[in-house]
Amino acid sequence: ILLDVSLTVSLTVFQEMEDKVLSPEKAEEAKLKARYPHLGQKPGGSDFLRKRLQKGQKYFDSGDYNMAKAKMKNKQLPTAAPDKTEVTGDHIPTPQDLPQRKPSLVASKLAG
Amino acid sequence: ADIISTVEFNYTGDLLATGDKGGRVVIFQREQETKSRPLSRGEYNVYSTFQSHEPEFDYLKSLEIEEKINKIRWLPQQNAAHFLLSTNDKTIKLWKISERDKRAEGYNLKDEDGRLREPCRVTELRVPTLKPMDLMVEASPRRTFANAHTYHINSISVNSDYATYLSADDLRINLWHLEVTNRSFNIVDIKPANMEELTEVITAAEFHPHHCNVFVYSSSKGTIRLCDMRSSALCDQHSKFFEEPEDPSSRSFFSEIISSISDVKFSHSGRYMMTRDYLSVKVWDLNMENRPVETYQVHEYLRSKLCSLYENDCIFDKFECCWNGSDSTIMTGSYNNFFRTFERSTLRDTTLEASRESSKPRAILKPRKVCTTGKRKKDEITVDSLDFNKKILHTAWHPTENIIAVAATNNLYLFQEKVN
Repeated sequence: ILLDVSLTVSLTVFQEMEDKVLSPEKAEEAKLKARYPHLGQKPGGSDFLRKRLQKGQKYFDSGDYNMAKAKMKNKQLPTAAPDKTEVTGDHIPTPQDLPQRKPSLVASKLAG
Repeated sequence: ADIISTVEFNYTGDLLATGDKGGRVVIFQREQETKSRPLSRGEYNVYSTFQSHEPEFDYLKSLEIEEKINKIRWLPQQNAAHFLLSTNDKTIKLWKISERDKRAEGYNLKDEDGRLREPCRVTELRVPTLKPMDLMVEASPRRTFANAHTYHINSISVNSDYATYLSADDLRINLWHLEVTNRSFNIVDIKPANMEELTEVITAAEFHPHHCNVFVYSSSKGTIRLCDMRSSALCDQHSKFFEEPEDPSSRSFFSEIISSISDVKFSHSGRYMMTRDYLSVKVWDLNMENRPVETYQVHEYLRSKLCSLYENDCIFDKFECCWNGSDSTIMTGSYNNFFRTFERSTLRDTTLEASRESSKPRAILKPRKVCTTGKRKKDEITVDSLDFNKKILHTAWHPTENIIAVAATNNLYLFQEKVN
């Protein structure tokens, strides 16, 4: 009887090891969940989809943008291109000035 | 701005169009073989360049509309001029490309340089004559199909009736007539009443090459729906539903993302269709909905890199795929400027590289190999040394010959079969 039990135990252990070893995808998933524990709590599909549908969003005043565009045409600004990282407070931002929004959802999850 | 975003041969293969991120279209023409330059047959040279789309701004939604050309599709040639459709995220345009090799001279009312002449100086009446001039290729926009898409257009497809075409965005597919720009019919609408319930989007759509009533569209969940426009005006109900069953025990966070279909292409025969998801290419028989008939692994070694590919967004890259003229071989791109071809009958697959170092003109391309085990052989590349910024998303195959066009970021490579 003792022999039977130990045989069953070792079989179960082997099964668990197999699951971990044979699936690279699941191993990658575990890695991701370890780095970003809040990820995936909402269904993954809708987050990506909403981000995809919102591509192209720019958060600034389009009226200001057009004013700045008109001014630039008239004045031919001789100054160097404004520092791309510092856009508020100093001058009217244009789409080119804004840093590219990193599209990854991962960053937003970390912030929130 | 020069990143190539689409590549497409025309029906004869004599013209090759590329669209880029800056909204420009460049058309290449195949050189005819001449006695003085016998080796020049097969070379493609620039034929026409024009600015197809400009950046726009949607004030109401505070959205920038990129000028990037998402797709170009040629119309079959019906007269001396060539026509193509090019689209960005919101607007489709029909362009006419025509040649002019004659010029009228001897006008009565204007000088040779175009300035109007003083009427009192006109002393005789003459008939203008046509004189030959250097070939000029002009591109002019003939139709603009705008304001029909709330979401971003991912596909356009010309119908085999040569009179209509479809355009697809994330949630809707519209049917247009080439002559009519102020009206479009919506044929598929998968927008849910409540956007919170959104679970999948349309990723690609194409008309059947022979049956003008049939089209397919693929989704971000790895499914393909075939629709028949004879069955109803709104094709929300599919006629066929193609999906490969998934093993529920192997499901992971990445499963749905990597199953998202980035491209769908009918075979020239019309009997099969091919889909591209993140790691593989699948060939489906239109008569069998429950699984593909062939599956080819493009870069299975990336399955153990999905975590980092998710973090650097590469997992969302949209690779395209294409058939050769006889449907015997399929081709798709990968990373590190690699692209892959699969011969369907022999199951032979080849990995090639599109880069300056490995492509000297007239030299044979050497097959490449990615090392997936620990022991790297000479000339093999390890998975970790692959450059994920060098992605080949767009490739095209000449309709009848073994000539392929491969877009590697901002360079276009043309390879052809060595002829002895």
